Amino acid sequence: MEEYKLIADHLTYSYGKGSGRERKALDDVSFVLRKGEFVGLIGHTGSGKSTLVQQLNALLKPDSGTVFFEGADIFEKDYDRKALRGKVGLVFQYPEHQLFEETVFAEVCYGPKNIGMDRKATELAAYAAIKRVGLEDEVFDQPPFDLSGGQKRRVAIASVLAMKPEILILDEPAAGLDPAGRMDLLSMIRELKEKEGITILMVSHSMEDVAEMADRLMVMDRGKLVFDDSPAKVFSHVEELEEMGLAAPEMTYILRDLKAAGFDVDPSLITLKDARDTILRCMTGEKA
Amino acid sequence: MKKKKEKKSEKTGGNNAVSKKETAGAGVFLDISGLRYEYIRRDEENNVEGITTAVDDVSLKVRPGQFIAILGHNGSGKSTLAKHINAILMPAEGTVTVDGMDTQDAERLLDIRRTAGMVFQNPDNQIIGQVVDEDVAFGPENMGVPTKEIEERVEESLKILGMWNYRDASPNRLSGGQKQRVSIAGVIAMHPKCIILDEPTAMLDPKGRYEVIRAARALNETEGITIILITHYMEEVIHADTVFVMDGGKLKMSGSPREVFSRVEELKEMRLAVPQATELAWELKKAGLDLPDGILDRKELVKALIKCGRSDGRI
Repeated sequence: MEEYKLIADHLTYSYGKGSGRERKALDDVSFVLRKGEFVGLIGHTGSGKSTLVQQLNALLKPDSGTVFFEGADIFEKDYDRKALRGKVGLVFQYPEHQLFEETVFAEVCYGPKNIGMDRKATELAAYAAIKRVGLEDEVFDQPPFDLSGGQKRRVAIASVLAMKPEILILDEPAAGLDPAGRMDLLSMIRELKEKEGITILMVSHSMEDVAEMADRLMVMDRGKLVFDDSPAKVFSHVEELEEMGLAAPEMTYILRDLKAAGFDVDPSLITLKDARDTILRCMTGEKA
Repeated sequence: MKKKKEKKSEKTGGNNAVSKKETAGAGVFLDISGLRYEYIRRDEENNVEGITTAVDDVSLKVRPGQFIAILGHNGSGKSTLAKHINAILMPAEGTVTVDGMDTQDAERLLDIRRTAGMVFQNPDNQIIGQVVDEDVAFGPENMGVPTKEIEERVEESLKILGMWNYRDASPNRLSGGQKQRVSIAGVIAMHPKCIILDEPTAMLDPKGRYEVIRAARALNETEGITIILITHYMEEVIHADTVFVMDGGKLKMSGSPREVFSRVEELKEMRLAVPQATELAWELKKAGLDLPDGILDRKELVKALIKCGRSDGRI
């Protein structure tokens, strides 16, 4: 039986309440995260993605609705929200701007120490997390500020991983990285899911990235969750996505154009590899 | 600042990049010669701990009115190079000349900054006004432009960027793409001859990216402003006149987008990518399909595949 790690139950939230310029950031949003899933979350700027992810680890309280983590209501009065922030780890956008400790090791120790791990457990967890994100031993004693952009990003992710999260939420983890840096970071995130069974929720502006990575894709538009389905199904709604300021992956557009030109290709495919295979089958296979 | 340059229509076929270059103005707008720049790390006692050469013997020339793109992985030196163009950084060796002014000539510093305006990655760090038109007025105000003319410039700039309807809005209430267009309007209001955009779309959603790139192209084509675009998004550079590729502080490639993107393997070695359509075309060609080199976008790929399919009698 599939296990629901987290349930978002009718979340609603407005900014600027009572100011006369109230703006609904979340409008009745419900979904589940199952154990070990990789879920993508897309939406235009201001669609409510960041508001949503902050509610999932109780940084922001919804106006109505609630979030259940492993069956318990996280906004209940006596719920241990400090421990929750270790279990539902949130990596913000441009997390490297929030680094502050003198060394990489101290930086990564901060999170586990803060949620109450003892010193030995903290140091072991920090060591493992730094290795896990692929940083070399030499960086342990370096100030995080001396590292490159991609390395800093890894330190920030390590400092969340050190708290041993069961769900890892990443808000545009690859933004601003170069193409190879993106690929490295994304494959590291995929490994966290595949090798360690961590449930991943990744916010992204890159349709190509979520097409390659996600098992399931959720789409936000003006505070509402409008799609929650397999990436292939979501990306078949090309026109609706474009109206929301989003797009389909480039491969989907190419395959749709080819289909319209009379090629026998499958236009529901979304990744480069699948697009290549369907085109090759149609161009070099047995003629119909 | 009005339409002063005539450009051929934007078609992706043929030797477009070369022909466009010929329509750009004569002479040299930007001349970088033997540029070298080092970041020196020091410890607490001010002893040198290490030296990183960020830009290593780079020479390049840009003609007035060109649309230039600079590619390179993080740490390749492209932003350091860009910061030399409006004299934020000074060369350790070599010279940078902008519109005839040497960037090391301290007396010309303000003129250089007015000539080459810069737009950065994060719009939130660049907007200071409480209201959009106030933000755009900040630059010309600082330059001592008379009030009447400031108003004209603000109107003109916001109209060019399609943000005039938002002139009374609070920047906080704009989308990322809109904020970035306000940042660009603020630079335009200073009437620069050149705009340097340092990863202007890195934080934007697809629509925001499209808006900003379209605005940059329009400024280039209708206003004749020289554009220097630094980006990681390969799709954004396919309309550039010339693409420069930096790696390890050195200038490794230069040419039209078609020339540069034909070298898929070399780009990959430099930890870069090519546009998705180019990559798919390259994969298909490797698998034996008869496709031309350097396909740049989806339209070209579909056209080439249709040609290929017809000659094979498959469609």
